[in-house]
Amino acid sequence: MPDTALPPDGWIGRPMPRAATRRLIEGRGRYTDDNAAKGELHAAFLRSPFPHAAFRITGCDAARALPGVRAVLTAEDLAPFCRSWRTQSLAFPGLVSPEQGPLARDRAVYQGEPVALVLAASRAVAEDALELVGVEWNELPAVTDVAHALDAGTPPVHQGLSSNLAWRTEFGEGDVEAAFAKAALVVEERFTFTRHTGVPLEARSVLATYDPAAEALEVRMSHQIPHQMQVHLAELLDLPMGRVRVIAGDVGGGFGIKMHVYPDEVAVCAASRLTGRPVRYVCDRIEALMADIHAREHVVQARMAVDAEGRILAFDVDDIQGLGAYSIYPRSSTVEAMSVLRTVGAPYHFSAYRARLRCALQNKVPTGQYRSVGHPIGCATTERLVDLAAAARGEDPLEFRRRNFLPEAMMPWTNPAGGRMAELSHTATLAEFERLLDLPKLRAEVAAMRAEGRCVGLGFSAVVEYTASGPAAYGRAGVPVAAMDTVVVTLEPTGDVVARASVAEIGQGIQQGIVQVVADAVGVPPSRVTIHTGDTANAPHGGGAWASRGAAIGGEAAWGAGRKLQAEILKTAAALLQSTPDALDVRDGQVVDAKGTPRMSLAELASTVFFRGHELPGGVQPQFTATHQFRREEDLFLTTNGLQASLVEVDPDTGLVTPLRHWVVGDCGRLLNPLLVDEQVRGGVVQGIGEALLEACRYDPGNGQFLTGTLADYLLPMADNAPDVTVGHVETPYSGSALGAKGAGEAGTCGAPAAVLNAVNDALGSRGARISELPVTPTVILRALGTLEAAE
Amino acid sequence: MKPARFDYACPGTLGGALALLAEQGPEASILAGGQSLMPMLNLRMARPALLVDINRIPGLDAITLLDGVLTIGARARHADVLTSPLVQQAAPLLIQALHHVAHPAIRNRGTLGGSLALADPAAEMPACVTCLGATLVLASASGERRVPAASFFLGVYATALEHGEMILRVEIPAIRPGWIHAFLEVSRRHGDYAMAGLALAIRRDGAHVAEASIALCGVESATRRQTEAEAALVARGVDAACDRFAHLDAMGGAEITAAHRIHLARVLLRRAVGAQD
Amino acid sequence: MELPDESTADIACILNGEPIRARVPLRQNLVDWLRHGVGLTGSHVGCEHGVCGACHVQVDGVVVRGCLMLAVQADRATVETIEGATSSGRIRALQDAFFNRAALQCGFCTPGMLLQAAELLAKNSDPTREEIRQALSGNYCRCTGYHAIVDAVQAAAASLRA
Repeated sequence: MPDTALPPDGWIGRPMPRAATRRLIEGRGRYTDDNAAKGELHAAFLRSPFPHAAFRITGCDAARALPGVRAVLTAEDLAPFCRSWRTQSLAFPGLVSPEQGPLARDRAVYQGEPVALVLAASRAVAEDALELVGVEWNELPAVTDVAHALDAGTPPVHQGLSSNLAWRTEFGEGDVEAAFAKAALVVEERFTFTRHTGVPLEARSVLATYDPAAEALEVRMSHQIPHQMQVHLAELLDLPMGRVRVIAGDVGGGFGIKMHVYPDEVAVCAASRLTGRPVRYVCDRIEALMADIHAREHVVQARMAVDAEGRILAFDVDDIQGLGAYSIYPRSSTVEAMSVLRTVGAPYHFSAYRARLRCALQNKVPTGQYRSVGHPIGCATTERLVDLAAAARGEDPLEFRRRNFLPEAMMPWTNPAGGRMAELSHTATLAEFERLLDLPKLRAEVAAMRAEGRCVGLGFSAVVEYTASGPAAYGRAGVPVAAMDTVVVTLEPTGDVVARASVAEIGQGIQQGIVQVVADAVGVPPSRVTIHTGDTANAPHGGGAWASRGAAIGGEAAWGAGRKLQAEILKTAAALLQSTPDALDVRDGQVVDAKGTPRMSLAELASTVFFRGHELPGGVQPQFTATHQFRREEDLFLTTNGLQASLVEVDPDTGLVTPLRHWVVGDCGRLLNPLLVDEQVRGGVVQGIGEALLEACRYDPGNGQFLTGTLADYLLPMADNAPDVTVGHVETPYSGSALGAKGAGEAGTCGAPAAVLNAVNDALGSRGARISELPVTPTVILRALGTLEAAE
Repeated sequence: MKPARFDYACPGTLGGALALLAEQGPEASILAGGQSLMPMLNLRMARPALLVDINRIPGLDAITLLDGVLTIGARARHADVLTSPLVQQAAPLLIQALHHVAHPAIRNRGTLGGSLALADPAAEMPACVTCLGATLVLASASGERRVPAASFFLGVYATALEHGEMILRVEIPAIRPGWIHAFLEVSRRHGDYAMAGLALAIRRDGAHVAEASIALCGVESATRRQTEAEAALVARGVDAACDRFAHLDAMGGAEITAAHRIHLARVLLRRAVGAQD
Repeated sequence: MELPDESTADIACILNGEPIRARVPLRQNLVDWLRHGVGLTGSHVGCEHGVCGACHVQVDGVVVRGCLMLAVQADRATVETIEGATSSGRIRALQDAFFNRAALQCGFCTPGMLLQAAELLAKNSDPTREEIRQALSGNYCRCTGYHAIVDAVQAAAASLRA
């Protein structure tokens, strides 16, 4: 049974600013490239300019001869220092993803794939040398369009493959054919989702220092999961784990971009080993847009069956995922597609489901887990079908949702898509949503704007998100991913508490959350708690930052460790005070008695233990360092729920869409810190709005060249095209843990594209336009309105 | 993403700068605000042997209004033009347009001359000076010459500037009584280059447009006076003027087709003329 | 390995209130020099093509993109980075407001955002949300969605007017 005795008036749940941000606002952050090592070399990569090409490196002498150049390295040079790898997963048997190394050998299969590496005295000189490397390129036919990648006759992405099918599956429960046969209403749509990428403002960066005497590698890098990198670098470079230290200091955003094993980062580590010199590499923005993972390229054909009473009967979904040239290492790009297909229908009750998935290899950079992995697509698919059904029935879209939400009394319930729904609060969330939006008034405002001739639309989305993956998710797949966390807490001689945690801070504020948990668990104010994360030599093994897991899993480990430390404090204090532990408590840094009267400060207690141990009674051996490792035993994932609304204005002449306002009500379980949760939600929403309206990785349909290689081409939401976002909460603590936190970091991104898509369709509905493509660009709108001719 | 090597000179006089430009010919690039050149250097898309930094040459950023002519020095920063009362008085079109140009930090540094010399087809300033019938005064080691804006812009990043030549100043006839300026643009995000932009100066005679000057950006590869549309607007009204846009030699593109740009040009013309009704 | 043969120039400027002399590679941009030549790492590099605003510094009293100006162009200039603006106290109200409002997450955009917001407040003591959004429209933030940043700038403006 979890120890759930949260102290009354504690720190958990308080909206506190993050102590750590003081440094960041004063320019005192330490991001990876803010560090330098004596004797370091700067790396620059020669990357394939073609999406698909055979190549031969014909000469490195000129580059090597350039003053300031230390080395020009190719795949052959690095091979003795680094193993190759291949993405495999028991969850995706038969997955086709060829062997990869840190540098391509003979053949490049995506534009931006690293093929050679220069080490030089400066980045500028390294780039000079890149221009002197002789390469003979033989461009090959490139496969980029996901809709045709699997067609017979399409050339193979990799030599020797008979098709570009990387993996396929079908799953679902219930009699789909029967459900559609008896349906009173069937709605159907074909959706096109264009590739996006994460664009954390700090690009991926690495400073690798191999010490040949100690046979040890120290790597500073901008990463979400330093412990994962420790595992993989030890394996790939054949070093004992203890001799690999990975340090992620301040990290300038992650969003899933920084949780994979990238060939260039491995190459830098291998190059340090080869040269015995520190090697620094900072991915520039052009490289980042081209060669960071992309995500969310899907063509989804989906239909939904509804009975005469307006109840959802079944979903039938066919998804083709544009996977990229490889399935991303180590987690596999297919995870995104499975997440799409598990998310379809998630908020609702339905009785039959059929999903078909084909993952297509392409001559494009691999896709991978990006904030709210797959969910925005599953959500947009579902919520668009729901709006179409409501419209076909001539009813209010929220009423259709209200009728179809999975009733609380049915939970826990495993739906026909295999998603286990538990402890969701659709009814309470909808009530809070209606209150927050003041819907009658809002609808009147919309009507008034329309009366003025403005083309505005209001769209809704219901969200269910899977968070905080449990051990079985990757464990059963045989992929070495820690779904657990470790927290170590120490009482220092001054009475201060130091925590070391395997969660990772990437800006989301988990350090502050953990501090508040430890403060309550031990009984000290947060100002007396210091936390260290992001360094494998400092924090024990654990999961890092992904899947909105920090509070739900790291928080539990922190609570457990803090409670163990408090128990030890009470035991020791009781021995000194001739009392018993259960007659004492720790509050605000003091050991107090049952009446709350202070008996001894933690500073007095700790200084006695550390400096005057001779005063302790015989047999007392205080353990003022406590460790807790937490893995969740129940529930493969936690489920969270929410509702979003988007109000947009469309300019039907220009096709421009302006998001005017956005609302979110979410239930992410216990809120450790509502201030930080609200901002996670807001940031996530705007990321989703970018996905809905602006962001797209485009490729030339002829030669497959990447067209959105700068930030003037890859359009991100800026301050003047993001709306204000109103956030509300329903708090249903997860019953299976002490704190009851679920996950909050990705829910905003999950539901925003669907809400915006529905809002745009609401705006254009009266003009007969129907849109099912993201991003909703002006071109998409003008074509839908018939102003411009359809493509091709 | 670091520039290739170059030499750098920062002459203190115009004569010094022009001598360097004459010596180096096509190998030299002028560094003024740098807001377009620096990205191209960083990307190694521009590889000049010599950068001639004109930021220390006195007087190149003066803004004056004399005898009905607004003169703006080539190195006048966008931010200074935007806040100049003289420009507001004599060429309000530029103020309207500059609100669409990039973002505050870029405008603090970027210059009018730089924008004209670059001749990006989507940029606002070339269309404005063309619409306003400005004259560009160019200088080289062999002297000055005056080129009407209407014959300065030749194509994508192509102008009448010859090697060794730089823009010294722009002379703009001050707005005359009864004339109205309007600048409208469509871009994906505020501050981005235009998908289409319209610079318009008109004089009305009652409800009727008596005279008009129209230039577009983001539509054709070089901005120019849309004389056919102007004539149609005066003779037969806005629908006729929009019809003339069917003959535009609009740029195509992966995301925005030529037809799309023409459509937007029509939308903007209707809006600009309509807003003056 | 031979030493590289970079062409350099000597510059002298006032940096964060102190005179400084340095030899800089001609092709080095201002923000790279500040970060790696001087060691002032509070200014960040986000795109190197003038779109993101992470590299904002103040030169001769106006905010500029540090990636779109050469270090050699700082000769005889007055340069202020986030470090200088912090120690002078001139952006304290904004910094406090950003802290209290949680108007930053990863913090990578924050120094550039603060300098741009300070330039706005110097010109407009009571900006609307729209005006704030416009003024900051050249500063990319992936984390916050901007809402809290707009709130913080408004709060700072109010505290400065009080």
